[in-house]
Amino acid sequence: MGQITLQNVQKAFGPVHIIKGANLEIADGSFVVFVGPSGCGKTTLLRLIAGLEDVTDGKIFIDGKNVVAVPPAKRGLSMVFQSYALYPHMSVRGNIGFGLKMAGLPRAEISRRVEAAAATLNLTPYLDRKPRELSGGQRQRVAIGRAIVREPKAFLFDEPLSNLDAALRVQMRIEVTRLQKQLGTTAIYVTHDQVEAMTMADKIVVLNAGRVEQYGTPLELYERPANLFVAGFIGSPKMNFISGENAAKYGAATVGVRPEHLRISREGEGWPGTITVAEHLGSDTFLYVDAGPIGTLTARYVGELSLAAGDRVVLSPEPARIHRFDKDGNSLWT
Amino acid sequence: MARMPTRRRIALSTIAAWLVGFLIFFPILWMVLASFKTELEAFAIPPSFLFFDWTLENYVTVQGRSDYLHHAFNSVVVAGGSTLIALLIAIPAAWSMAFSPTKRTKDVLLWMLSTKMMPAVGVLVPIYLIYRDFGLLDSLTGLVIILCLGNLPIVVWMLFTYFKEIPRDILEAARMDGATIGRELIYVLTPMAVPGLASTLLLNLILAWNEAFWTLNLSTLQAAPLTVFIASYSSPEGLFWAKLSAASTLAIAPILVLGWFSQRQLVRGLTFGAVK
Ligand SMILES: Nc1ncnc2c1ncn2[C@@H]1O[C@H](COP(=O)(O)OP(=O)(O)OP(=O)(O)O)[C@@H](O)[C@H]1O
Ligand SMILES: [Mg+2]
Repeated sequence: MGQITLQNVQKAFGPVHIIKGANLEIADGSFVVFVGPSGCGKTTLLRLIAGLEDVTDGKIFIDGKNVVAVPPAKRGLSMVFQSYALYPHMSVRGNIGFGLKMAGLPRAEISRRVEAAAATLNLTPYLDRKPRELSGGQRQRVAIGRAIVREPKAFLFDEPLSNLDAALRVQMRIEVTRLQKQLGTTAIYVTHDQVEAMTMADKIVVLNAGRVEQYGTPLELYERPANLFVAGFIGSPKMNFISGENAAKYGAATVGVRPEHLRISREGEGWPGTITVAEHLGSDTFLYVDAGPIGTLTARYVGELSLAAGDRVVLSPEPARIHRFDKDGNSLWT
Repeated sequence: MARMPTRRRIALSTIAAWLVGFLIFFPILWMVLASFKTELEAFAIPPSFLFFDWTLENYVTVQGRSDYLHHAFNSVVVAGGSTLIALLIAIPAAWSMAFSPTKRTKDVLLWMLSTKMMPAVGVLVPIYLIYRDFGLLDSLTGLVIILCLGNLPIVVWMLFTYFKEIPRDILEAARMDGATIGRELIYVLTPMAVPGLASTLLLNLILAWNEAFWTLNLSTLQAAPLTVFIASYSSPEGLFWAKLSAASTLAIAPILVLGWFSQRQLVRGLTFGAVK
C-alpha cells in the first residue's frame, strides 16, 4: 500500500514562501512525476513528503495516517538522490542491505533480498566493490537497488538520471518504469526533463513558483492544459501563442497552437510568413516562420518537407486544436 | 602545448624532490650526528660529517644530570591530555557548526581564529598572574589547560572542514533507510569522520608536544615537559652542542616515531579537500 495525500501543504524558509499550498491525491501504485522550471520547489515538495523538511502548514497522509510529525526513518518511504548518496565506506552489498539491517532483519534474509535486488539490476558482479569503483550508471543502479530492496510504501526519486549521459538516460528511464510497474509500488519522480515526465508518468504535477498549476495524465496536460503556463511548459517545441486582434477573432485574449497542429501550405487561408530557419531531421521538419504582426511561429511537419529559409508559406491552425485563454491566462474550455 | 612527462623530466623532478627533502631533513640529521660527537668535535671547523669518534658519552651525561623519563612522562600527559580534552570540546562544536550552521557560524569561526593572531607573549603577564594566584604554576593541570585552550581554535577549524566535507545527502539517505540518530552516528557518520579525527588528533599531538613558549614560561621542574629539558642545556654557562643535541634527540624521538608510523594519515589529513 502506498496512497499519499497532500492537504494544503506549505513550506516557508524564513520569510520566503516556497510551497504555497499543495493539494494532491496520489493513488496507490501510480507513477507521479513532478515537473516545473528550476527553483519552482519540486525538490522541496519531495523532501516534505520524505520528512527531510518539516512542513510549515498543512497535512501529509500516507495510507490515511497524517505523518507530518513522523520522522523520515519511520515513514516507510525510500528515496533515490540526484547525487546517489551511496555510503562510501560500504560495499555495494552493504549499501543495498543497509536499510534491511536497520530494520533488524536476520542476516540470511538480508543476503537473500540483496542478491535478488542485485540480480534484477545486473549488479551481481559488483556486490563486493566500493561505490568509488563503479561507473556513474552502476552507482545509479545501486542507489535504486537500495530503494527497492526495502519494499517501501513509495519510492521518491529526485532527478535520478540527470547525471547520466543521454543514451544511458533513455535506457535507465525505461528500466525504472519497467521496475516500478513490475513491483507495483507508488513512485514520485522529480525531473525537469519533460520527455521523462511525459513518457514515465501515469500522472504529472506541473509546478510553478510553488504552486500546482495542473495535475493530470500526460495526455490531459497535452490536450487540455489548464493555463498558459502548462500549455507553454508541456510539449516540444513549445506551443505558439498569438494575442491581440488575431486572438480576439477566436473570442480569447490569447490563443495557442502547437507546432504540430499548424498546416503548412504554399498559399491559401491562414497566417502568411517567411521561413527564417528550416531544420531537417529526416523524421521531422521544423520551420521557424516570421509571420509579420503575428510574431514568430514554429511549425512541425512529420517527415521531410523540402522548403528552405526565405520561402514563403501560409500556416493555418487545425480548428479543433486551437487553445483559447482569457486575459488571466486560464483556459477557456468549450 | 601540453607538458609531457618525459623520462628526463621525471628523473629531474625526482632528484629535485630528494634534494629539497634532504635540505629540510638536514638540520635534524646534523643534530643527531652531533649528539654522538665529543663537545670539541661538535663545533670543530671544518666539521666532520661521519668520520669522527662515535661516542655515547653525551647521552650518559644527559641522563645523569636530568631525569629524562620524568620529563617524557610530563610531555605525554600534557600533549595527550590537552589534545584529548580539546577534541572532546571541539567535536560537538565543529559538528553543530558543520551540520546546523546559523547566520553567525562563520563569525564565530573567525573570532576563534582571531585569538591565534595575537602573539602569545602579549598575554603572558596576565596569564602568569592568573596562574600564580590559582596555584597553577608548574602544574600538569595548568599546562594541559593552557595548551588545550591554545590549540582549541585550530582543532575546531580542522574538524569543521572535515565535517563540512561529509555530504548531507548521505546522512539523509541513512535517515531514509530507517536509521535512528544513534545508528546513523555509529554506522555512517563515524566511519566517514574517523580519518579526519585521526589526523586532527595526530597534528595536535605534535603541536602540543613541541609547544615551547607556554611550557617554558609556566613550568620549572615538577611539571616540566621535554621542551624544558632541552632548554636546560642551552645554559648561560656556555653552549654544550653535543649535550644539547643529545637532549633534543631524546626529546623528539617519541614524536618522530609516532610521525613515522602515521605519516600516511598525516599527509591525507593535511591535504584533505585540496585534492579530490
Ligand atoms: N534550505 C533552504 N533554505 C532557503 N531556501 C531554500 C532552501 N531549500 C530550497 N530553497 C529555495 O526554495 C526554492 C525551491 O527549491 P527547490 O530545490 O525545491 O527547487 P527545484 O524545483 O527542485 O529546482 P531544480 O530543478 O533546480 O532542482 C529555491 O528558490 C531555493 O532557493
Ligand atoms: Mg531540485
